[in-house]
Amino acid sequence: MQDFSAIINELFRSESRRVLATLIRALGDFNLAEDAMQEAFAAASADWESNGIPDDPVAWLISAGRFRAIDLIRREAQFRELLPGIVSRVEEITSRNMVVAGREIEDDQLRLIFTCCHPAIDPRIQVPLTLREVCGLSTEEIADAFLTAPATMAQRIVRGKAKIRSAGIPYVIPSRDELPDRIDAVLSVIYLVYNEGYSASMGSQLLRVELSSEAIRLGRLLVKLLPDPEVMGLLALMLLHESRRDARVDKTGDIVLLEQQDRSTWNYQFIEEGQRLVQQSLASRRIGAYTLQAAISAVHADATVASETDWHQIVALYDVLFQIDTSPVVELNRAVAVAMRDTPTAGLQLINGILDRGELTDYYLTHSARGELLRRSGDLVGAKVAFERAFELAKQDSERRFLAKRLKSLVNHREERDKN
Amino acid sequence: MKYMLLIYSDESCWTEESRKACMIDSMEIAKELEANGKWLDSAPLHSVTTATAVRVRNGNRQITDGPFAETTEQLGGYYIIDVDNLDEAIAIAGRLPPATKGTVEIRPLFPLPEIWEERARKSDA
Repeated sequence: MQDFSAIINELFRSESRRVLATLIRALGDFNLAEDAMQEAFAAASADWESNGIPDDPVAWLISAGRFRAIDLIRREAQFRELLPGIVSRVEEITSRNMVVAGREIEDDQLRLIFTCCHPAIDPRIQVPLTLREVCGLSTEEIADAFLTAPATMAQRIVRGKAKIRSAGIPYVIPSRDELPDRIDAVLSVIYLVYNEGYSASMGSQLLRVELSSEAIRLGRLLVKLLPDPEVMGLLALMLLHESRRDARVDKTGDIVLLEQQDRSTWNYQFIEEGQRLVQQSLASRRIGAYTLQAAISAVHADATVASETDWHQIVALYDVLFQIDTSPVVELNRAVAVAMRDTPTAGLQLINGILDRGELTDYYLTHSARGELLRRSGDLVGAKVAFERAFELAKQDSERRFLAKRLKSLVNHREERDKN
Repeated sequence: MKYMLLIYSDESCWTEESRKACMIDSMEIAKELEANGKWLDSAPLHSVTTATAVRVRNGNRQITDGPFAETTEQLGGYYIIDVDNLDEAIAIAGRLPPATKGTVEIRPLFPLPEIWEERARKSDA
């Protein structure tokens, strides 16, 4: 006998968000759709055991959800003594909205993503709302991942849904002229979710991996539904980062720099997929910041040993990136690449230039990079001062442990030199 | 859905000429919206220097000159529109000339009739 509860659970995991997205469109209400979706799955586990699994389970679930919703409204209507006309009106609207063709269901998922990432919603709410509604993570899981109390997180999600309803945020795929801006907003939410899961900081390891894989799943979905070059660029960037997840920390949880990573532990399946997407995106000739960052990451991935890295190409890519995104952080990364291509002093000059302008002075990575380049150019006293400043500014334990190690190796280095 | 577009900008950044041009452009937009059945009301406001504030505290009515706080942007006009959704309201707000100088705040109107119906139902019961 088949284990129906296992099948239903699996189906819930893989399809519940698609069912929900379509029900939201049909019903025009997030909470009602959520309730209807839950009830549809409950109905499925009762019905399918005796009648067998239907050919198209998603269509079955959507249709069941719709009827459950009408029941729910009818009950509530009686309870709240609402005008009798309202139920028949809802029935009429849902049946008119009820298109369950495959393409339409896929578009509903896009509609849901664009709605949750609408710029009129507070950016701090967009991320949890997307994780809750589009990815189906529980409020407790999201709260855990962001180190927030579940009640606070629940409140934010409720506020987000209330904003959608009261402000009249439409459940649509944006029109062509709005699409570029709106895609940017969606991509930045996905990248935030990814980084939350990738940064080796806080929260449980299990949840972090889940956040990153959800971001990648969303990226894949978006590429499938909307194959825009930057969408491909972001997915590539995430895959290339992800390929180094195991290599970038050692067994004790300390940071391992790209240069020192054991490249045999990289995930070459992700690298290959990422590189293919970078190629595809670059070929479009409409190149954006995600694609360029992914391209830089792909150049790193090309080198089987760190010393074979093509720094000329990396600097060239940073030059283009800087034209699109003139942020000092890009400038800092470019400076480090220049140091690798030319000399530590060349890189130092560029970093000093940024600091002289009063930018990135409180950013620990500026001082950490400066310290490393000073060390390489033989100025150990200057290096010590820079690493100490970086240590003061670093917030995360793993960053501070890393900098403490650098400082210690500096002292050893000096003792070694003094002996000779 | 009905929305109010509240137009804020720094009053001092307008010249006589730019204000006039703004009014003409705004009237064009109002006319177009009206033709499509999307316009309910709109008007520019006199300067905040003409404002009067009224507060009733403990049954006493207090009348003071002007707004309470010094802000960099002042309310200079409004639109009330009836459109499908927020995206349409955003598109209209983005076309209003003062949007390039100040801020257009979009606020959905709270649908009053629901409250009236509720009251009516309660008094029937």
